[in-house]
Amino acid sequence: MIPMKKLFGKSSPWRQPLAVIGVSLLTFWILVAIFAPWLAPHSPLTQEATILVPPGHAHIFGSDQVGRDILSRVIYGARVTLPLSLLLVVLSMTVGSAIGAIAGYFGGAIDSILMRFTDMVLAFPGIILAMAVAAALGPQLRNAVIAVVIVSWPTYARVVRGMILSSKNSEYVTASRLLGSSTWRTLIVDLRPNISGTVIVLGALQAGDAVLTLSGLSFLGLGAQPPSAEWGAMVSSGANNFDKWWVGVFPGLAILTTVLAFNFIGDTLRDVLDPRTAKALRD
Amino acid sequence: MSFKNEIIEPTPVDSKLSAGVGSPLLRFVVKRIAIGILLMLGITLISFTVTQVVPGDPAAINLGQSAMSNPEIVARWKHEYGLDKPVPEQYILYLKKLLHGDMGISQQSQRPVRTDLAEYFPATLELALVAIFFSLIIGLFLGVISAIRRDRLSDQIIRFFSLAGVSMPTFWTSLVVFYVFFFKLGWFPGTGRLDPGSDDPTHLTGFFTIDALIHGQFALFWQALAHIAMPAFVLAIYTIGLLTRFTRASVLEILGNDYVRAARAKGLPEWLVIKRHVMRPALLSIITVAGVAFGSLLAGSVLVENVFSWPGIGQYAFKSAIGLDLPGIMGVSVVVAGVFITMNLIVDILYRFIDPTLRTQ
Repeated sequence: MIPMKKLFGKSSPWRQPLAVIGVSLLTFWILVAIFAPWLAPHSPLTQEATILVPPGHAHIFGSDQVGRDILSRVIYGARVTLPLSLLLVVLSMTVGSAIGAIAGYFGGAIDSILMRFTDMVLAFPGIILAMAVAAALGPQLRNAVIAVVIVSWPTYARVVRGMILSSKNSEYVTASRLLGSSTWRTLIVDLRPNISGTVIVLGALQAGDAVLTLSGLSFLGLGAQPPSAEWGAMVSSGANNFDKWWVGVFPGLAILTTVLAFNFIGDTLRDVLDPRTAKALRD
Repeated sequence: MSFKNEIIEPTPVDSKLSAGVGSPLLRFVVKRIAIGILLMLGITLISFTVTQVVPGDPAAINLGQSAMSNPEIVARWKHEYGLDKPVPEQYILYLKKLLHGDMGISQQSQRPVRTDLAEYFPATLELALVAIFFSLIIGLFLGVISAIRRDRLSDQIIRFFSLAGVSMPTFWTSLVVFYVFFFKLGWFPGTGRLDPGSDDPTHLTGFFTIDALIHGQFALFWQALAHIAMPAFVLAIYTIGLLTRFTRASVLEILGNDYVRAARAKGLPEWLVIKRHVMRPALLSIITVAGVAFGSLLAGSVLVENVFSWPGIGQYAFKSAIGLDLPGIMGVSVVVAGVFITMNLIVDILYRFIDPTLRTQ
């Protein structure tokens, strides 16, 4: 559980510089995503005859290899990455927590099978499995999302399983069982509130990695396809025109600041947690 | 379902704490190796499944248009590759081939995947080794400083940069570093393992730096070193951040122990307290993390090698992926996962050997 007093009190970790930077960055990108049509000076897809214009008066961040305004594309890119990062975290969290909870609660053979499977996916090097899955399903943003979920659920499964194991024999669970609660009621009504705080913190910690993997896949050409204004794909066109630094630098900075925001917030949240759960997340 | 107090079964991780009879160390090693083999089998199962779900007919990809219109040729081709057999049997066949080192033919290079991997793997391994070297030195140094100067300005700065390190998109950092240090400043040579026109050192280990040294080609050694420095550093950034954060956490944990206070109370100078009573126990767990991080360096090379045109398995995996060349990707996955699992195994067992408190339990 996250103690509210510790969250917002005088000595709150939210007053630490890291947390302040994290929250500001995330708020910034959320606002950019919402108000993109009003903020962007150009359409993200309109092409101009003069290409690769350096940053200057006409284009603040310059223009890319087909003459599109990079600032506008970076702004619209927030509309791709931010919703997807939420989707990635929610999907991996749901799949992972369900598997972890079932394994931890039922124990025995179910536990062994599910956890061995989890270990196998964990043993697979993330980006390579994601690449293989994305390539096998076909290079599309949707498939890249599926690929990232496939590589990121095991972390949630392990943490949730551990927490269920340590609390399923608590008195409050026993009491509820004696009162006749069904298995699902025990899992959802009694156990879930006790672990959801930790799982959400884990989500914040994992969001950054999920965004990195997704944009990495797009960079490799296995995610967002042209002409989509996706940051990873934009860095990739920067790699093809590496002497024109502005093509890749700005979208990359967008990825960096978004991931940084998630990591700063996740890190702060973890510090707020009580030591026991904080340790469960570290291991 | 009746309610009962179930005994919590120890997982492989928990089992570190469980007691055993006889020789617990030997039992642990055997059990750990068994799990490793099981994991490896699982990896092959996953990689086989991915190959199976791929939409599109492998025969259509491998055979030409005219051959496809001849059903006899298609049938013979499918028979030759065992594709006419039921799926479980195909998996067994795949495993058998894998055991003999046969990972199929790459559609990109038209060569056996094994030959390709043997050629490209040393380049990646060399890159990852230099990167882990960077990471350990810088990560340990920064982590210790950060812990000792907890909550001071230097700690805040180091924490900021270590978090930034794990937040950087590697493919972007590669690009920036390449642009600044090669294109603008010219401090480091550009892409590849050697300057264009230079001959590879005589093949011995496949590591250009070591091969050049062994044969006394010092100019070539420096050249190889200059070429590897940039990509290895970029690859290391994530691990540097990771190790800094981990070192800080474990040093802080140890600093809170009573024996550290005792060491200070008896008047030991602070650097000796850190060296003897803090770093020694901390190193153990740091090495463990470094071992695991090494596996992720191999995988992370995918994004770095692409920018630096480093001829390793990362670039090979990338080319296979965009060419939808599944034998190629699967070959890389199985090899990297194999290294991953082996590293974990070695680290786990070493840990037991080094830490006497775990051994006697």
